[in-house]
Amino acid sequence: MTFDVATIKADFPLLSRVIDGKPITYLDSAASSQRPQSVLDAMDRYYRESHANVHRGAYRLATEATDAMEGARQKIADFIGAPHAHEVIFTKNATESMNLFAQSWGRGHLHAGDVVVLTEMEHHANIVPWHMLTESIGIELRWIPVDENGELDLTDLDRLLDGAKLLSVTAMSNVLGTITPIKRLADAAHAAGATIVVDGSQYVPHLPTDVVDLGIDAFVFTGHKMLGPTGVGVLWGKTELLDAMPPFLGGGDMILQVTKDGFTTNELPHKFEAGTPAIAEIVGLGAAVDYLTALGMEDVRAHEVSLTAYAMRSLKERFGDDITIHGPSEPASRGGVLSLIYKDVHPHDISQVLDQDNVYVRAGHHCAKPLMQVMGLNATARASLYLYNDEADVDTLADALASADDIFGF
Amino acid sequence: MAGLEDLYKEIILDHYRNPRNRGELETPPAVKAEGFNPLCGDEIVVFIDVDDSGTIADVAIGGQGCSISQSSASMMSAAIKGKTTDEARDLIESFKGLMSIHEKGLDGAAAEGDKPDLSMGDLSALRGVVKFPVRIKCAVLSWNTLAQALDDARTN
Repeated sequence: MTFDVATIKADFPLLSRVIDGKPITYLDSAASSQRPQSVLDAMDRYYRESHANVHRGAYRLATEATDAMEGARQKIADFIGAPHAHEVIFTKNATESMNLFAQSWGRGHLHAGDVVVLTEMEHHANIVPWHMLTESIGIELRWIPVDENGELDLTDLDRLLDGAKLLSVTAMSNVLGTITPIKRLADAAHAAGATIVVDGSQYVPHLPTDVVDLGIDAFVFTGHKMLGPTGVGVLWGKTELLDAMPPFLGGGDMILQVTKDGFTTNELPHKFEAGTPAIAEIVGLGAAVDYLTALGMEDVRAHEVSLTAYAMRSLKERFGDDITIHGPSEPASRGGVLSLIYKDVHPHDISQVLDQDNVYVRAGHHCAKPLMQVMGLNATARASLYLYNDEADVDTLADALASADDIFGF
Repeated sequence: MAGLEDLYKEIILDHYRNPRNRGELETPPAVKAEGFNPLCGDEIVVFIDVDDSGTIADVAIGGQGCSISQSSASMMSAAIKGKTTDEARDLIESFKGLMSIHEKGLDGAAAEGDKPDLSMGDLSALRGVVKFPVRIKCAVLSWNTLAQALDDARTN
């Protein structure tokens, strides 16, 4: 399959929407992507033809539903290079995955005074769960700093990891697009005797992912940023790590035996999947993975590097010093997440002005307030690119941005 | 669809570019309250100095945010300076009323009981914000922060 953006765009019904006579330019995929017809069809077909509860009934429909869900689990495992499908735990999003990991692994392994290392560029979903353990257990947090180029400053890495129990780090910043050196971080964590868990929410949708090659112990990501539906996320962990973790939520499906005196837990992955899961959403995520696999993640990445380079170059050429694009300057070492500051116009106002031309970007602190503080920023306007965006979208963004001058008159 | 001219009125942009009563007051005697909009990261700091007769003798505004939150704070500071705390509370109520008017009552003169409150002065320029529901939070941030400051001043 050749990488033809016009053809790809046509697969996404929402992207052909016209509002007030103008087409839409969707540049907020880092917040949530859109989804192709094949994902919508898969979920629709599931509900129309095969829905029943999973892992329970002995009849035809229940078997079909279970097969559809477990088939999706296998596809997702293959997509991220997981050795076993039972290592893929379904949650409702990456935030729940990280909370599951923090609460379960944390309760099993962390005690007062134990050290967890984070970075300054984490999303709140990889900060607040650890603050909660600071309050409940009394763990200590250390922070890998971010340099002025928006990359991790690893000068003191060994000292920060010394004696640490865990390193929890993002693979790609949702604010700066920075791709972090996960292999190096994994090696350093293991050399220090620490476990490493990685937030792949911004990484999995955009780059070929192999959790074994990355050398990590656990991984979290969400479905809705990778063409899948909302309501489904994943925690991947090595079998021995997941086996050693206590259950998180208690209820149906996660037990082998329940008596009035207690319970015994089911095997993986069911141990962490109490209650009826988001079956249709899991099936939808399986279809999203099929779509991405058919395109080829190498080609997706190549397209985005090329488009990011075009965006950075053309915005700079047009606006010069009036525009600041935060994060790494080299497109090959970053994702297509462009945090912009334009003149003195507040990002919230930028977003409002762009909305007039149906250009959709995110304004605010992007749930990464510690990073914003380090960068000396209150907010940015963030345009994020994906496989269905093209150079025309970037040009539309630039034209719409220029119209801010008419209102703010700077 | 509402046009941007409904939102970015000249008087609003003037308050954004030239904010009134910008700065800090010494606490005590002044009280200080901080307000945050967790969605966009806007921060407003309100200082009020209430004298023995219950009059807001001085006011200062700090923090950072978008044109709507900043201009609303600036206009608010101008409107409450020299007013009693009771008057300020009434103004908070009036302003919030202005912000929650249903959109169908805005266009044209049809809406009854919905005429601009003359005492609102410049603040009436912000009534266009209700056509942009996401921005209502920006406009009321400083007013909620003022309410907090008034509560603090009463307990002091």
